[in-house]
This record gives sequence, C-alpha cells and structure tokens, in this order.
Amino acid sequence: MIEDSAIRIALVVPDLLGTYGDRGNALVLAQRLRWRGYRAEIVTVLSSAETLPDSCDIYLLGGGEDVAQQAAVNFLARGDALRRAVDAGAVVFGVCGGLQVLGTSFTTGDGATQHGLGLIDISTAPGPNRAIGELSTRSEEDGLGLLTGFENHLGRSTVGPAARPLGRVLHGIGNGSEDTEGAVSGRVVCTYLHGPALARNPALADTMLSWAVGESLPELAPFPELTELRTERARAAG
Amino acid sequence: MTNTTRRSERSQPTGPPPQEAPSPSESGQRWRVVSARGARRADVLSRVRTGTALAAGRLATSASRSLRLGSGGIIGGRVALALQPDLLTRLVVDKRIVVITGTNGKTTTTHMVAQALRAGGASVSNATGANMLDGHVAALMAEPRAPYAALEVDELHLAQLTDRFQPSVILLLNLSRDQLDRVGEIRSVEASLRRALRQAPGARVVANADDPNIVSVAADHPHVTWVSGGCRWKHDALNCPRCGAFLGELDEAWECVCGLRRPNADWKVDVGGLTAPDGTSERLSLPLPGQVNRVNATFALAATTALDIPRTEALDHIRRLRDASGRYEHTSMAGHDVRLLLAKNPASWLEMLDLVAENDRPLILVVNSRQADGHDVSWLWDIEFERLVGRNVVVTGERALDLAVRLRYAEVKCEIATNVQRALHSVTIGSSADSVEIIANYTAFRDLFAKRQQH
Repeated sequence: MIEDSAIRIALVVPDLLGTYGDRGNALVLAQRLRWRGYRAEIVTVLSSAETLPDSCDIYLLGGGEDVAQQAAVNFLARGDALRRAVDAGAVVFGVCGGLQVLGTSFTTGDGATQHGLGLIDISTAPGPNRAIGELSTRSEEDGLGLLTGFENHLGRSTVGPAARPLGRVLHGIGNGSEDTEGAVSGRVVCTYLHGPALARNPALADTMLSWAVGESLPELAPFPELTELRTERARAAG
Repeated sequence: MTNTTRRSERSQPTGPPPQEAPSPSESGQRWRVVSARGARRADVLSRVRTGTALAAGRLATSASRSLRLGSGGIIGGRVALALQPDLLTRLVVDKRIVVITGTNGKTTTTHMVAQALRAGGASVSNATGANMLDGHVAALMAEPRAPYAALEVDELHLAQLTDRFQPSVILLLNLSRDQLDRVGEIRSVEASLRRALRQAPGARVVANADDPNIVSVAADHPHVTWVSGGCRWKHDALNCPRCGAFLGELDEAWECVCGLRRPNADWKVDVGGLTAPDGTSERLSLPLPGQVNRVNATFALAATTALDIPRTEALDHIRRLRDASGRYEHTSMAGHDVRLLLAKNPASWLEMLDLVAENDRPLILVVNSRQADGHDVSWLWDIEFERLVGRNVVVTGERALDLAVRLRYAEVKCEIATNVQRALHSVTIGSSADSVEIIANYTAFRDLFAKRQQH
C-alpha cells in the first residue's frame, strides 16, 4: 500500500465540463480510497490554468454544452498533457461530453465536425433527438456487471476497432449504435451514464481505483442504501 | 408607459397569416392569427367570444374549487384560452404589468411585487406558481379591472409572453442549472430570454448585475436598472455566457475579453441594507429570512419605483409578507414546530443550507424527481452536503436513496423514512422537542404545502 503519497484525482475543467453533478465522481473515488486507508487528493484544474498537470493518477471529464466542449478540447490539446499521462499509465474517465472530447471526432448540433483528443477510438455525430432518461447496461468487463445511470445527450457514438464497448444496453439509448454503451481502451473509460456514474456503480469506481493504486483493493462493506438504490434504479429503467 | 398589444398592431398582414409554432405550454394550446379578410366581423365575434371565454373560465375555476380539485387557477385559464386564444392580449390592455422570471426566487418575488404594487392600487398575481400562459390568463381574469399585475413567468415562456404584449417591467432574477432534462442547458435558456427582451424594447428591465448569464441577457436592452446583491452560486458563471472565455471568481468588476462586463449597479443590497439609485440608504429587515430575500425585496422595490410607487409605502407592504406560498412558513406538523423551505437546484440548496446553518435544528430533506422536478437528480452531487456533518438528518421523498448515498459520501449520518409524516415520527426527530427544518424540492414542497392547506 502506498502510504506516503496520495492518489491524485484530477477534476478536469469542471468550469467547462461539469454540468451533470460530475464532481460527484471525484468525491466518490476519493472517499472510497480514504475509507480503505489510502490518502487521496482532488486536484481541480480550471480552464484558466496554464496547462493540465501530467502527474495525476486519475483524470475525470464530465459533460458540457457544445461551445464549452470545444473550449475543453482546445485547452486539453495544448501541451498534450493528458496523452502523456495516459502513456504513463494514468486512468481517464470521461462522461457524456467527456466521452466525445476523449474520442476521435464529434459533430455538434450546428453540423460542425471537431477533432477530439483521440485518446480512445469512438466518434460521435448528432442523433435524431436527445436521448434522455434512465439507462441500464450490462458490462462484460471483469466484475462490472449491471451499470445504471441517467443519460441526456444528442450525440450518437460509434466504437471503432481499437476500443471495445463498456457495456450492452438493456434499457435506454446509450451510444445509439448496435446496443453498445460507452467504450474502454486500456485505462481510458468513457460512458454516457451519469447520476453520477461512480456513485451509482461502485464496482466501476473500484476497478479504476485498483488500476490507479496498482493492486487489488480490499472489499468495502456494502452500504444498504446503495444496494437498494441500484435495485430501485434498475427497476426504474424497466 | 402603457402596454401595447402587439397582436392588434398586426391586424393588416400583407401576405397569408403566418403559421405560429405550437405553444409548448402544458395545456398544449395552439395560437392563431385572425386573417385580414373579415377582420372587422371577426373582431365583433372576438369580443363576444372574450366575454364567453371569461364566463366559462370563471365557471371552471369555481367548479374546480368547489369540487376541491385545487385552487382552480390553471383549469379556469385553460378553458378560457380554449374559447378565446387571444384572451391574454385582451386582458392586459390598460394594465401595468410586472413580469418576474429567473431560476430561483420567482414565486417569492412575485408575492413581494404584488404586495408592493398594492401601495399604488389593486393588483393581481399568479403567485401560486402557475407560471405559464394559462396561469397568467387565470390570474388576470380574477380581477380584470385591477390597474396592476405581477406575473411570474417560467424562464422558457417569457418570449411567448413578450410576443403577445409589452410588459411595463421585466425582472430578471438569476439563471443557474435547473431541471436539465426538461429545461435544457443554460445557454439555450439565456438565448431564449435574450430573444424575449428584443421583443420588449419599451419595457423597463430590472436585472441582476452580479449574474453574468443575466448580464448577457439584458446588456443590449435600452432600459436596464441593475441590482446587485452578490452571487452565491458561481458554478454556472465561471465562463462567459457569450464567448466561453474564463471569467473566474467573480468580483466587483469582472470584464470578459469579448467586451461583456459587469455593469454598475443602480441598487445595491447587503446585510446592512439597501442603497437606492438616488444614493439614499435604508435598513432592510424583513420577516422573510436571509440575503436571498433582501435581494428579492430589492428587485420588487426597483420594479415599483419604476412605476412611480413611493418606496417607503412599497416596502411597508413587502414587510407584511411572512411567507410566500408556503416558502419560509412556520407551521405545526405532528406536534413539531416546523419551517418549510423550498430548494430545487444547487443554487437554491446553497441558499437554504446557509439559512439552516444559523441553527442546529434537526433536518428533514425531501427530494422527488417528477417531471416538474426533472427526472435526473445528479445535481445532488453539486451541493455541499458536507456542511451538515454532525446534524440530525432524516431523508425522504421519491429519491431518498440517492440522497442517502450522497450523504454517506459526505459522512453525514441520516435516517431514511418513507414519507414526511414518518420522518416527523422517526427516531432522529421524534424524541426531539426542537423545531424542525424541512427542505423539500419542487413537487415535494408542493405536496407538503397542499397538505398544510387542507388542515
């Protein structure tokens, strides 16, 4: 166990990408580390920062509006810190707008196609309508199983050959192509699930934490309200 | 300033009548324009129709009330509108109308404005929160001869209203994230409000100088009075609403590279009291608590001042307000003194957590997620519930489990109850002789208030 150095969790440009309670994912990760005796530090990087530090262990990107999303790409492309961090083994988690920013390209509502950061092979184009509602999926990734959340997005995404879907849609829209939802490639994970995703899906949080810590983590005693919440939400999704 | 009805100015269209987009009002009401041919006959018929519509609307209102289906506000307006789609523009003629919009504080401020207007004569209002077209019609129908009206307007419906008539005063309180799955993102709300103001060049706009989203809405309007009372929730205003550039922690004099800047405030309000545009100051002690209500009251005073109602008299009237449709009401439930607080999004939760931080009473938190609340409760994670560590807390409502999980991560101990009654009898609350604070979101609050009124 790394006792002396804290796991650093970067909350990446929450002023641009943080519309849907996305800060909650950072709170969940930090708390699940602390409850296990690790030290955790949340590093908030606003878009006014010179650059993104490349030394964090986990990077979190949330959702945002079209203009904000483009501004986030511009900020993150500068200096390429996120790519260096990924190459060095950092974990990256992008939700909604964050998924589109991490991908290869996205076309916004006004028809303009933008380059994403290209950190994961997924591309996005606008769909016929906004996908809004409870979303439930089943993941074949180790130990993840049922994932639930709330989705609210216009984009429809296609997972390319260099990545695999995070889950298969049970109820809702997800990526909107071939029942897929989100994508995984190495330690880069992205999804349309918010709620926030890591509050609703502790197994996903723990998987990313074990990557960041570099060892498997001791189980936390499950708390009943979370177990009940997962049952309730899976039922709400239908 | 008089209200002109835009629709009547367009009685001689040169081409075919424009097809109006269907109104997104909950009533599903469709609007149409009377064609030029046979306009005079149509006008006579229309007047008859207005009389019939008013009579039918009132009948529906009283029927709804006597059947105890509710206050009858919306149904009466809906019936009248179905019979006379042009009713609203007819009801506002010769009336001085203050419209109130923004994410938070609409209902309370509407109550304050309606009170303050009474210093100048009779006023009507839709302060029950029925804030779309049918609610406006219902309010105006109630007392057609009142010279003043205070109308609360849903943020996305102001453009519909200013397309139909010119209000005398438009209050723009604030703009922050709320019901993202229904209302959409702030940028689209901001654009819609800006369009609404372009349609009302003759109105006096009273706008929040400390909220960049509101500054962006109002900056280009020719007649703006700016009010400054601080900005507690900053997370929706870190970046310029126009160009996206970083604004940072807002201080007295922010200015964006695109030119959008904080205007100089005409009215200022803080804990010490208010300063008016003429430089005079006044202590502002109100029965309604907190800075949030000092700001609301200042907006109301700015509105009535624009209508030449003396400030002292207007303030006297505002001071009589002890609650606003149940908000801040002290009442008794299950043997406890309780205070009812409404919080429906991160900005208003922040204000209400400020209020309850002034005491250490036990808390009941209630969160629902119906259509009027927004089905998505991710915003619970934008709220700093960590401030409640050490408090006695019971959670309930349809999304009690989401709240409980949020509180678990904040390390706030809580008990889960199936409803507010049970919460009041819970282990946490039941044994306590203290007063209890209940903070509830929109439909949860509405249900509590309705239950209160039945007693």
